[in-house]
Amino acid sequence: MIPAEFDYVAPSTVEEAVRTLSSAGEDAKVLAGGQSLLPVLRMRLADPSLVVDLGKVAEMRGIREEGDELVIGAMTSHHDVLRDDLVSEHAGLIALTTRTVADPQVRHRGTFGGSITHADPAGDLLAPVLAMDAEMVVAGPSGRRNIAAREFFVDYFTTAIEPDEILVEVRLPKYTGWSAHYEKFNRVAQAWSVVGVATTVLVEGGKIARARVGLTNMGATPIRAEGVEQALLGAAPTEEAIRQAAARATEGTSAGSDANADVDYREHLAEVLTGRALATAASS
Amino acid sequence: MTATPVSPSEPELGRARKRKEDARLVTGRTRWTDNMSPPGTVHLAVLRSPVAHARISSIDTSEARRMSGVHAVVTGADIAQRQGSLPCAWPVTEDMKAPDAPSMAVDSVNFAGEAVAMVAARSAAEARDALDAIDVDYEDLDVVLDIESAARDGSPLVHEELGTNRNATWTFDSVEAGTGGDVEQALRDAEVRVDRTFRQQRLIPAFMEPRSVLVDPTGEQYTVWSATQVPHILRTMIAMTLGTPEHKVRVIAPDVGGGFGGKLQVTPEEMLTFLMAEQLGRPVKWTESRSETMISGHHGRDQVQRLSLAARADGTVTGLKVDLLADMGAYLRLVSPGVPILGALMFNSIYKFDAYRFTCTNVFTNKTPTDAYRGAGRPEATFAIERMMDELAAELDMDPMEVRRRNWISHEEFPFDTIAGLTYDSGNYEAATDRAMEMFGYQQLRDEQVQRRQRGDTVQLGIGISTFTEMCGLAPSRVLGSLSYGAGGWEHSQVRVLPTGKVEVVTGTSPHGQSHVTAWSQIVSDRLGVPFEDIEVLHGDTQSSPRGLDTYGSRSLAVGGIAAVQASDKVVDKAGKIAAHMLECSEQDLDFAEGRFAVRGTDKGVGITDVALAAFTAHDLPEGVEPNLDAEASYDPENFSFPHGTHLCAAEVDTETGGVRIRSYVCVDDVGSVVNPLIVEGQVHGGLAQGIAQALYEEAIHDEDGTLTTATFADYLVPSTMDLPEFRTDRTETEATSNPLGVKGVGEAGTIASTPAVVNAVVDAIRHYGVTDVRMPCSPQRVWRALSEARSSSATEAESGGGLGSSDSDGGFATGGDR
Repeated sequence: MIPAEFDYVAPSTVEEAVRTLSSAGEDAKVLAGGQSLLPVLRMRLADPSLVVDLGKVAEMRGIREEGDELVIGAMTSHHDVLRDDLVSEHAGLIALTTRTVADPQVRHRGTFGGSITHADPAGDLLAPVLAMDAEMVVAGPSGRRNIAAREFFVDYFTTAIEPDEILVEVRLPKYTGWSAHYEKFNRVAQAWSVVGVATTVLVEGGKIARARVGLTNMGATPIRAEGVEQALLGAAPTEEAIRQAAARATEGTSAGSDANADVDYREHLAEVLTGRALATAASS
Repeated sequence: MTATPVSPSEPELGRARKRKEDARLVTGRTRWTDNMSPPGTVHLAVLRSPVAHARISSIDTSEARRMSGVHAVVTGADIAQRQGSLPCAWPVTEDMKAPDAPSMAVDSVNFAGEAVAMVAARSAAEARDALDAIDVDYEDLDVVLDIESAARDGSPLVHEELGTNRNATWTFDSVEAGTGGDVEQALRDAEVRVDRTFRQQRLIPAFMEPRSVLVDPTGEQYTVWSATQVPHILRTMIAMTLGTPEHKVRVIAPDVGGGFGGKLQVTPEEMLTFLMAEQLGRPVKWTESRSETMISGHHGRDQVQRLSLAARADGTVTGLKVDLLADMGAYLRLVSPGVPILGALMFNSIYKFDAYRFTCTNVFTNKTPTDAYRGAGRPEATFAIERMMDELAAELDMDPMEVRRRNWISHEEFPFDTIAGLTYDSGNYEAATDRAMEMFGYQQLRDEQVQRRQRGDTVQLGIGISTFTEMCGLAPSRVLGSLSYGAGGWEHSQVRVLPTGKVEVVTGTSPHGQSHVTAWSQIVSDRLGVPFEDIEVLHGDTQSSPRGLDTYGSRSLAVGGIAAVQASDKVVDKAGKIAAHMLECSEQDLDFAEGRFAVRGTDKGVGITDVALAAFTAHDLPEGVEPNLDAEASYDPENFSFPHGTHLCAAEVDTETGGVRIRSYVCVDDVGSVVNPLIVEGQVHGGLAQGIAQALYEEAIHDEDGTLTTATFADYLVPSTMDLPEFRTDRTETEATSNPLGVKGVGEAGTIASTPAVVNAVVDAIRHYGVTDVRMPCSPQRVWRALSEARSSSATEAESGGGLGSSDSDGGFATGGDR
């Protein structure tokens, strides 16, 4: 488990990081918390000539409010996300989901932005980010641009970020007053999700006024369960209404098979877990 | 004088001493093999075959040889004559078919992970880099993976030269052995007959410390450090395999981080590191990555078990027929063929059967070799019989514990000669069961189960039982001889009292996490009356501990511990002679207690420390007494020991997702007398985790090409504390009568007992839907699929036929998902 040889740099600003990346071409890898990249390097599934460590870029850490938005720095650790009051207040789904990520060691090293840019469809934070219509702020040689979450996740382990760009921060609309739940199903506590369902709903006057549902590991990217969202609108969160909505969970999914779940079982799980996620969110 | 020590005020035996080992280990002052680097050490990396079965057309090492830091690149062809064949010490039958087992493949590879080349380089990184520069051409051969099809005539062959994939067929028949009746007759006469096929999935030992070997050839002897359970066996086997004289080889097992049978092996890498050190004349070290462990360290279990059980309508079992296929993988390793045979003696478990027949056929496949894994044959047997007892109970609509009670050996019947030909010396199954049932709240849980069924709850409750026994304390040498094993089962110890009264205890057992240092200190402390702190335990180095047969099969305490007792008693005997001389009295007038020899009826006496000094100075010793206070003993047990216990598991099954949650787990183990309850508790907890892991989580999976797809812990699911329930444990103590401490051994009990308890609970939770089995590991998908299939078949099936008995007619799995 020894990586192939590579050069290592640790820039201290976003601009310096981008400059380093663009001069390295496509043969560089960005290191955030290292929870995915290091195993990949050690197993020699990748052998970049340069590793650009963002650990010293102070401006990429931390969480702040900007008007109607909550901004989470890409290098903020899961642990810091988890204990942040702003996240709990305005993005409960992010807090609840982060709590299910791996174990304390991983949550101290692993970063919010690292999980998202790694774009493993079994990664837990992708579905909430998609469901909450986040905007990804990326920096490249020609400055910064925003990418909507719907455009951001392209394929397995593939995002809309160019090789010479880095994710700087994630901007989330505030979901103040919404209730939320992340229903995670895995084989052992430290395993990846077989299926996960991220949902946040706004209940007003006993009815579901707005709903957001994202699915983990039901395709090459996180999936937005729009059919479920539509079915819920205006409905009282009864068992029957939730069941009917959850029945639409697999619309638009393209689940794969692996040792833990074949497609039919995975689709079945998506329905069951969507129902459970909604029931929990609507009653919390 | 009396040599038997009078109990001191607070005996060490039974004390929950904290481990002597821990202060050093938990603060990182460790001596793992990989920590050591003698001057000039070069690093070895092994290139492994990515394909499961192929001829090697060519290997081009020229580029690798030119790379920076590389000292040598060696292929199988380079060492074809020198490397010999790896030993198999257990030829189970005289006509056993065994392939040549080279440490490095020469002409063909037979499993993905087999060594095909090695590089020695200045640094581990350079050695690893050079592997990528070696170019091997493979010519693919047919891959043989499935045990059942491999065993059939006409199957493609793993080893063409053997003409078959069948290694050996071993049988035991109670008629031939004179221990009981004819099982076919019993099955014909059965009022109830239950036929089942169970699959023991392949498991991978997940010891914490990956394997590592360091060989230093620069002294008079080759010094071999290895993360091994078996330094003594390794030394002899290096000599026998490579022809290097045994006295020129010293083997050291320094700190070893777990083994679970996975380091009960003489490995290809030990031989290869040795050969590279020999070639280069300088120290060579190999340390594996976890994925190397997973693909090339030996695997465990992997059997197909076909069982037929005959019983009367009242639940009395009248016969059991066992037909096994056991997957050896591509080669025979140290004890591969004997592992399933150990199970032959255990299928009858704690029960009184009238007739028994066991047949096992060992089969070669193009997979990593299998060998001992915690329990080794006994978990497989225990699983099968405990599942069958539950199935019988279901057939008869009886309570599964009641079925067991009807069949088990009562505590008044010991010693008991079993149908498998063993003599169980002691046991009290009633006492352990009564205690477990009480702790568990059996009846309340049964009531809740009924309520959940009646309500049609999404979450159903199941109760699983495992009343197990095992044979441990391997082993009486004469029994091993009768099973064609290549060595004995004795153990050795030396006790040395130093001039200052401190004590060194040498043991031939080789700890790798079991707490021998603490336990042996306690044992010898009581025997000699020397403080616990004043005792050092030496082990794991063939120079300081020259004789022994190492640690496996829960043998250390029940065999090695007794050798230490006997050596201690010899020391006391000898000290008594010297003390009598010092005190100018007769030995018969001395009492020995708490380290002091006292002249009976007087206040005169002398401590063992004074005796030690007298022995050291040797100024005035009695006639014929040598000037030392040392003694040694080799102990060969008369019998195995037979721990037993009752394990009860309550599992909740989510019928929508198939998810299983263990709600409570109670076990009452009887491991005989206990030296240190803290150590016993640790062994039980770890064992339970490992057995539950087989029931619910772990499985080595190969794709159709023979590639292991679970070669990292991301895919091979080892549970953590997060996944396991709080264990509620207790003990009964029925002393073993076969040794002076009354101990039985505890290293494997939890693993052996827990697997069937959990699977029985899972099946019990959903049996009312028509499920009669779920293949291990009982993953959510398998449980869900078993439920789906049972529900759909019960919806379409007419009422089942009358009469008792059921069989899975297609030889597959009775209404169990097998995906």
